[in-house]
Amino acid sequence: MSIETKIRHYILENLMFTDDESRLPNDASLLDRGVIDSTGVLEIVMFLEDEFAIKIKDSEMLPENFDSVDKLVAFVLRLQAAA
Amino acid sequence: MCGIAGFLGSAVSSHAARSDLETMIATLSHRGPDASGFHVDEGIGLAHSRLAVIDLVNGDQPMSNPRGNVWITFNGEIFNYIELRKSLQAMGHHFRTESDTEVIVHLYDRYGDRFVEHLNGQFAIALWDAGRKRLLLVRDRVGIRPLFYRRSGGRLWFASEIKALHATQPEQARIDVHGLVQALTFWAAVEPDTVFAGVRNLPPGHLLAIDNDGREKLTRYWDWSFPEHGTPAPFASFDQAVGSLRELLVDAVRLQLRADVPVGAYLSGGLDSSAIVALIRNYTDTPLRTFSVAFEDAEFDESSHQQTMVRHLGTEHTMLNCRREDIGAAFPRLVSHAEAPVLRTAAVPLMLLSARVREAGYKVVLTGEGADEVFAGYDLFKEAKVRRFWARQPESRLRPKLLGRLYGYLESSPVANPAFARAFFGQGMDYLDRPVFAHMPRWTTSQRALGFLSDEVRASVGDWDAAAFHEKTLPPEIMRWSPLSRDQYVEAKSLMGGYLLSAQGDRAAMANSVEGRYPFLDHRLIEFGSRLPPQWKIRGLTEKHILRRAVADLLPESILNRSKQPYRAPDSSSFFTQGKPLDYVADLLGGDRIRRAGYFDAVRVGLLFEKCRAGRANGFADNQAFVGILSTMLLDDQFVSQGSS
Repeated sequence: MSIETKIRHYILENLMFTDDESRLPNDASLLDRGVIDSTGVLEIVMFLEDEFAIKIKDSEMLPENFDSVDKLVAFVLRLQAAA
Repeated sequence: MCGIAGFLGSAVSSHAARSDLETMIATLSHRGPDASGFHVDEGIGLAHSRLAVIDLVNGDQPMSNPRGNVWITFNGEIFNYIELRKSLQAMGHHFRTESDTEVIVHLYDRYGDRFVEHLNGQFAIALWDAGRKRLLLVRDRVGIRPLFYRRSGGRLWFASEIKALHATQPEQARIDVHGLVQALTFWAAVEPDTVFAGVRNLPPGHLLAIDNDGREKLTRYWDWSFPEHGTPAPFASFDQAVGSLRELLVDAVRLQLRADVPVGAYLSGGLDSSAIVALIRNYTDTPLRTFSVAFEDAEFDESSHQQTMVRHLGTEHTMLNCRREDIGAAFPRLVSHAEAPVLRTAAVPLMLLSARVREAGYKVVLTGEGADEVFAGYDLFKEAKVRRFWARQPESRLRPKLLGRLYGYLESSPVANPAFARAFFGQGMDYLDRPVFAHMPRWTTSQRALGFLSDEVRASVGDWDAAAFHEKTLPPEIMRWSPLSRDQYVEAKSLMGGYLLSAQGDRAAMANSVEGRYPFLDHRLIEFGSRLPPQWKIRGLTEKHILRRAVADLLPESILNRSKQPYRAPDSSSFFTQGKPLDYVADLLGGDRIRRAGYFDAVRVGLLFEKCRAGRANGFADNQAFVGILSTMLLDDQFVSQGSS
């Protein structure tokens, strides 16, 4: 399963409570759509750290890294490349 | 405290009328286990179940005036009945009893509908004027005592609780999806709506008159009201206001201790209940008996502060240790008393506590409820203050950092992550000039539960705008008040009246035949608080500033300077033991059951269930949705399915 598929699957199931793929365009803002609030982002952090064996610093928990599937995928790839 | 029920309309016989009343009042025996009484006459039936608190011998109801042409059934207490009685006697009225009930009928004889303006108390009243063939239904100013009504079968039925309305017509018990959507958003349906189709909730501070021809006239006799923004404070100084507040607090506590049975008090360990208990200790001869809830979870537990107060005042204290499994097991019973969806479990420990109160031989407790609304104690008020301050310079990166000083008591705080707190609380800034500005973040969170509604329910509700809906219920002058006054009004009329005084107040206590009393909600204190300048209530980011000053000499420093910790209890985790759901939870939230009931989408609920089961539901949104869905399904099971079977 690709990083993108895993992240999409996690968000659809755990934050949007649906299996309808069409409800999550990869470039959609998760904040604007009410998918995550500031506690929701902590859930995503835990998922990413467990799933992709990465460590995320507090200073990296920014909307620029977390606010869409595309941004999350790019963020994970960046961290993996740096590891 | 008591339960009332009755109907306006004809009956085939007095025997049939009496039978209907007996069926209704039997459902309210928990509210009044000491006695029951009935009055049947042409076109009217009144019933009463009594919890004897004042004039234990002669206070039975329904009760009439001396001429026998005005009859009353009444739930509640009139705290100033002694003063009213004296003034009526001076005007030539003669009394047969020592009860507060009799004072009401005499007041009605003298003042007509305006009798209610003389009452200081908590009450739901049904008054039948036989001469005018006219029924009055009246509810106290802030909604402490409940009163519901419904028109059906050519009658107008009324009762303290909805179950009494359903008792004679169980087939009419249906969930109203519009009320449900309100309850899942605002924590309670907005009066007069309820979550049950056709059932109306008499709004606080209102009087409903039903005339001989069946016409209804609803009149508001009191409301929370605030001065125009910038109005100078009507006090010579802050210190003078502090002194006046102290006098009012002492008098409110003195009045509310009136009873012919022993009175206890709740002691949460916070400022408000500690202040009440300290006032009792210092200004009355009442023996101090206090009660509190403790939790095994440190996040919710305040027992160390409770012990500080117990030592400080030397009270005889009972502490209930509440575990998650206790909450899960008792939740269905709470919902059957609340008769509405609840979004949190916090009412359950209070229901368990009232059982302890009753076991200890007490029928009446004073609590600190209301201080946060009257003197601006909630973080929501401070959060709104910061957001308004920030909105003046939206580009500021320093101003939103003040949000970090809020919600320190939460493990999964909404401000734990500064970047996302900025993004989250920055939403809704376009509501800045609307009266619901402060409440939009809370409602945005609770409204995530609407995402679990079934497609059919969503279609029937349509494109519902929560903010616009709520604003229609607000007074037109509200935007002329200070921002804090607006926030206090919305808070008092949504969460306090609909939830805190209901599911978590009257219902949680009356489930065990215990009456709660709330000195901070004495209307004289509310009116006093409303006249205070906002900065005397919230100073910087310190809440309830003037209240702290008014009781400073009565409390230990550690209690006086505590930040507000809202009373909460474990939510979704209460319904699972080591990843296994309680039997009734598995049953009610199973796919078949959800589909059959029709309110929610089975797939989405299944995913939420799994997340909660796995212990991954950390935030408010998921927990509130879970508790809201489960309580709705319990209502369906207890009222709707039972009625249709």
